[in-house]
Amino acid sequence: MPLMTPPDSVGIVSPTTHHFDQALTLANGRTLDSYDIVYETYGKLNAAKDNAVLICHALSGHHHAAGFHSLDDKRPGWWDNYIGPTKAIDTNRFFVISVNNLGGCHGSTGPTSINPATQKAWGSDFPTLRVRDWVESQKRLADALDIQQWAAVVGGSLGGMQAMRWSLEYPERVRHCVTIASAMKLTAQNIAFNETARQAITADPEFSNGHYLANNTLPAQGLSIARMIGHITYLSGDGMKQKFGRDLRSGTFEKGVDEPLEFEIESYLRYQGNAFSTSFDANTYILMTRALDYFDLAREYNDDPVAAFSHAQCQFLVVSFTSDWRFSPERSQEITNALIHAKKRVTYAEIESEFGHDAFLIKNDRYTEIFSSYMKNISLNNENISQKTIEEPTCV
Amino acid sequence: MRIDLDTIQSYISTDSYVLDLACGDGNLLLALQKNKNITGVGLENDPDYISACIKSGVSVIEHDLNKGLHHINDKTYDTVVMTLALQAMQKPDVVLEEMLRIGKECIITFPNFAHWKARWHLLIHGRMPVSDLMPYEWYNTPNIHFCTIKDFEILCKEKNITILNNTVVSEKGSSQKLAELHPNLFGETAIYHLTKSHS
Repeated sequence: MPLMTPPDSVGIVSPTTHHFDQALTLANGRTLDSYDIVYETYGKLNAAKDNAVLICHALSGHHHAAGFHSLDDKRPGWWDNYIGPTKAIDTNRFFVISVNNLGGCHGSTGPTSINPATQKAWGSDFPTLRVRDWVESQKRLADALDIQQWAAVVGGSLGGMQAMRWSLEYPERVRHCVTIASAMKLTAQNIAFNETARQAITADPEFSNGHYLANNTLPAQGLSIARMIGHITYLSGDGMKQKFGRDLRSGTFEKGVDEPLEFEIESYLRYQGNAFSTSFDANTYILMTRALDYFDLAREYNDDPVAAFSHAQCQFLVVSFTSDWRFSPERSQEITNALIHAKKRVTYAEIESEFGHDAFLIKNDRYTEIFSSYMKNISLNNENISQKTIEEPTCV
Repeated sequence: MRIDLDTIQSYISTDSYVLDLACGDGNLLLALQKNKNITGVGLENDPDYISACIKSGVSVIEHDLNKGLHHINDKTYDTVVMTLALQAMQKPDVVLEEMLRIGKECIITFPNFAHWKARWHLLIHGRMPVSDLMPYEWYNTPNIHFCTIKDFEILCKEKNITILNNTVVSEKGSSQKLAELHPNLFGETAIYHLTKSHS
C-alpha cells in the first residue's frame, strides 16, 4: 500500500451527491420528477468563478476522473493522465467538475435506482436519454454550484458529443469546447457494433427483459460479450498485433500433444469482459449506446452542421488519433470543417498513436503538448488582474 | 519583424476572415489579429509549428496542403494568404487556383528565382543558387517549383487572374529602389495581391 499519492495527482478525492427536486422533462417527452447527480471536483473555484471546467464522460465512464478514493486504490480515476496539478487540465488553475451522467450506474439516478412509482429498480423502464438530457442536467448542476460560464467543456468520444451540444444549447455559458476522438454523428458501421453489443445483452436469458435486479438474475455473460465487442473496436489492429500477436497464454501446438489452447488475446478479452460485467450495469450500457446512436448534432438544424455551429460562441479544440477507426480522424475533420465554414475559431490536431480509440485516455507526448498548450491559453480573470488598469472610483 | 508584413497588412481589410496556408509558427496571423482584428486560422502540417501556433493563441488546423483544399467551399474567406510556400507545392498552379476559389482575394509571396544573385550563381559558378532564403542543396530542397516574377505573371495571365497589387521587397533596404525599377532582376521576394472575382 502506497503511503502517499504522486505529486502531480489531485490526491484523495471523494464524490458528492446533489439531489434535484425540480422535475426534468426529457427529450423523449417523459419526465423525471427527481434525481441525483453524483460528481467529483478537483482544484478550487476562483473568486470570479470563471475557472470551472466540466468533464463529460464517455460510454463506460463515470465521475471518478482523477485522483484516488483511498490509498488502497490500485488505479487512479479514468482521465488521471490529463487532470491534475501541472497536467493538461491543470488543477492549480482550473476548478474541475466531473459528473456521472444521468442513467449511469455509479451513483447518479439510473436504471439501478429505485423507481418511486413501483418501489423497485427501474431496470429497462428507465427513460431513454439523449445527449441533450445530459447537457440539461449538467446545466442544472452548474446553476446549483453558481457557475455561470464554463472556462471549458471537455470530453472524449461520447463526452465530446456532450461538449459540442453544450456549445449549441448554452452558447453564452461556454468559452472553450474541447472535443476529442468524437463525431457529429455515428456511422452505420458504428451503430452496427452497438446493436450487436446490445443483442448480446438482451439475448442473455438472465437479462429478464431488463428486470434482472428485481428478478435476482444478472446478464453477466451478455454484458461481458458486449464489452468484448466494444473493446475490440477501441483498439487498433496494429496495436493488438503488437501487444498480443499470436502469443499463447496456455497450451502448445507441438505435434502429438492434445491440450486446450488459449491465445493471449482471448484471455485478455475474457478478463476485460468479466471484470466489466460485474462492475457495470447492463441497462446503463444499453442506454448509453443508444444515446450514442441517436446523437446527430445537426438534425434540428436542417442537417446542416455549419448552421448548427453558427450558434456557438466559444472557441474549439478538436483532436483525433491516427489509428482510431471507431471515431476516425475523418469524423473530427468533419467537425473542424463545419466550424471553419461557421467562421468559428478552431484548432485541430491529429495525433499519431497506435492505441486506436482508447488513445484519448493514454499518455502521449504530442497529445499532452497540444492539450496543455491549448488549456494554458484559456485566460482567467484573476490571472490578468495585474495587467488591467484598476478604475479609480469617481469622486462626486 | 518580417519584411513582408507591412505590405501584406496593407492588403488586408480590418475584421476580415483570413486563412494562412502553411502558416508556420503563426506570427503573421498573430500580427494580423492584433493590428487588423481579423478572425484568422492557419493550415499547417508540421507538429512543431502547430504547437507554436497553439502556444501563441493562433487557431491552427493540421492539414497537408498537398492533399488539396477541396473540403473548403467557394469564397469561404475574405483573404487567403500563402507566404514563401508556393515553390514547395507539388502543384503550385492548382494551389493558386484553389486559393482564388476559397478566398475572395489572395496574397502570395515567393522568392524570385531571377534575382541577380541567383542569376550570378548560375552564370558564374554554374551551380544551383543557394542563399539565405533558399539555403538548400538541389537534392534536399523542399522548394521543387521555383519561378521568376515574369513566370508568375504569365501564369496569372493564362489563368485570368487579376493582379490587384504587387510589389517586391529586398532583404537589405539599399537595393529597394533598384528592386522597384527592375523587379525581376533586383527583387528578392515578390508579393502579389490577386483576385478572380469580376465584381
